[in-house]
Amino acid sequence: MTRRRLAIPFLVLTLTLISGMLVRAGAPAAPAAPGAPPSAADSIARGKYLVAFGGCNDCHTPWKLGPKGPEPDMTRALSGHPAGLAMPPAPSVPPGPWGWTGAATMTAFAGPWGVSFTANLTPDKETGLGDWTEEMFIATMKTGRHEGKGRPLLPPMPYFNLASLSDDDIKAVFAYLRSLPPVHNRVPQPIDPPEAQ
Amino acid sequence: MTISPFGARRRGVRLLRNGVAAGLALGLLASVQYLAASTGRAELPRLLSQTGLYAAGAGTTAIDPQNRPFSPQYPLWSDGAGKSRWVRLPAGATIDVLDVDRWDFPVGTRFWKEFTFGGRKVETRFLRKDGPASWSFASYVWNEEQTDAELAPEGGVMNVAEVAPGRRHTIPSVEDCRACHDSARTEILGFTALQLSTDRDPNAPHAEPLTPGMVTLKTLVEERLITPARPELLDAPPRVAAPDPRTRAVLGYLSTNCGACHNAESSLASLGLLLKARLEPSHAPHHDPVKKLFKPTAKWQIPEAPDGASAFVTPGAPDLSALLVRMRSRRPSTQMPPLGTVLHDREAIDLVTAWIEDLGRR
Repeated sequence: MTRRRLAIPFLVLTLTLISGMLVRAGAPAAPAAPGAPPSAADSIARGKYLVAFGGCNDCHTPWKLGPKGPEPDMTRALSGHPAGLAMPPAPSVPPGPWGWTGAATMTAFAGPWGVSFTANLTPDKETGLGDWTEEMFIATMKTGRHEGKGRPLLPPMPYFNLASLSDDDIKAVFAYLRSLPPVHNRVPQPIDPPEAQ
Repeated sequence: MTISPFGARRRGVRLLRNGVAAGLALGLLASVQYLAASTGRAELPRLLSQTGLYAAGAGTTAIDPQNRPFSPQYPLWSDGAGKSRWVRLPAGATIDVLDVDRWDFPVGTRFWKEFTFGGRKVETRFLRKDGPASWSFASYVWNEEQTDAELAPEGGVMNVAEVAPGRRHTIPSVEDCRACHDSARTEILGFTALQLSTDRDPNAPHAEPLTPGMVTLKTLVEERLITPARPELLDAPPRVAAPDPRTRAVLGYLSTNCGACHNAESSLASLGLLLKARLEPSHAPHHDPVKKLFKPTAKWQIPEAPDGASAFVTPGAPDLSALLVRMRSRRPSTQMPPLGTVLHDREAIDLVTAWIEDLGRR
């Protein structure tokens, strides 16, 4: 049998194995076939899995100092930068390779873009994603613009990673976020860099 | 034949490498095909002079007479750019205007808009309808000699021309183009029944005078370029429904500059700010687009304003009217529109300020 004849079956086998690895270890499966929407429960479960793996809690959940060191405060899960935590002016960074600074809560970041605060992703109507639609959420993740049309999302939000997800997976993330208890937390607006003010 | 275990292992590695390489190649090919299919940019001419805007053999010195100039009555603010616009419909084709708010252009329709700053051509935007539901969006960047313009990268070009000290014009990305053009009921924002109405608003900010040969609704009706004929568009020319001339000018301005995204059909509709002027059925007497603005903002709060005091429009209080506060801003985090402009629109700000103050006296 020639190598060329073996390559295609081998490729299929490789891709099959990789696909199998992705749905093992308890990972909720992606929809089996296009056009067959998952149940709401399945979608929320997969969204929860993607949010955990995607590191959303790293920045959208305030961190606190626990007995074993810094840890996300899951009593305020995904509610963004705490409204009550007024940040003093960011320390200036001298010229050189150190480019940005971050708050101990992991919810505020200062750099050449100004100061950004992580958003409240819970479904609170006034301060979170309560008035967002699934379409807006997908457009935001795909374009890196607020509501898919507004100002650009600021660093360090890695929207470009989420943009590589399928629409169904982004819908699952949104479904999970909508399933969270709403937290009323009005995150401060970003602060523009001095040259833009 | 014998096969040593080491030989089998090496062969396995080669097969794996071949398989992965084939997979990557297939993925790359699929990505390129997807991009070409989704943007259509692979088929766009490299030079503006190749798009059909200019007469054959004239370089870029004479517009092809098949391309008809037009001027919308409520132009989009683009930092004071001088603008010239042209349209070409395919020969014998007509625009389907059965839905007066959603014009359906024939495949092959082309639009051009030329931007000048300080008398110099900077960019010419080009829209072409390639299929029943697909448009190509492109911009061409003029060269230093002003002899031709070259297709801009899909990601746009930053800071191509100074529009004020320290402020420079940026050519939008295709994604930026789609952010506005894909949000309205018709993708062509300056070529609608309202924009081409013969009942032009004399108070519209930055209104440009009509010059001979410009296309209006009269042209389209008389030359039978729309289907169905809709003679009522001339008998009762479309206009913004408003109780007074100032309100008419304000709503017309907001319709163009904000309503492309903030409209009932857009993904932003849930924010509750609907600024696109509708012609039907909004003529109904009960419709009052102004009062719908007297409500709290969905989320964005006016800096320094008391909690809960931020409304889209607060009659008599310009500083508590988020719509105006964001028009005044050119900070990236706050400004509206969020793209396409780096300078205040002073004329419009004065108009909207006077309007809000007047609302408080009614």
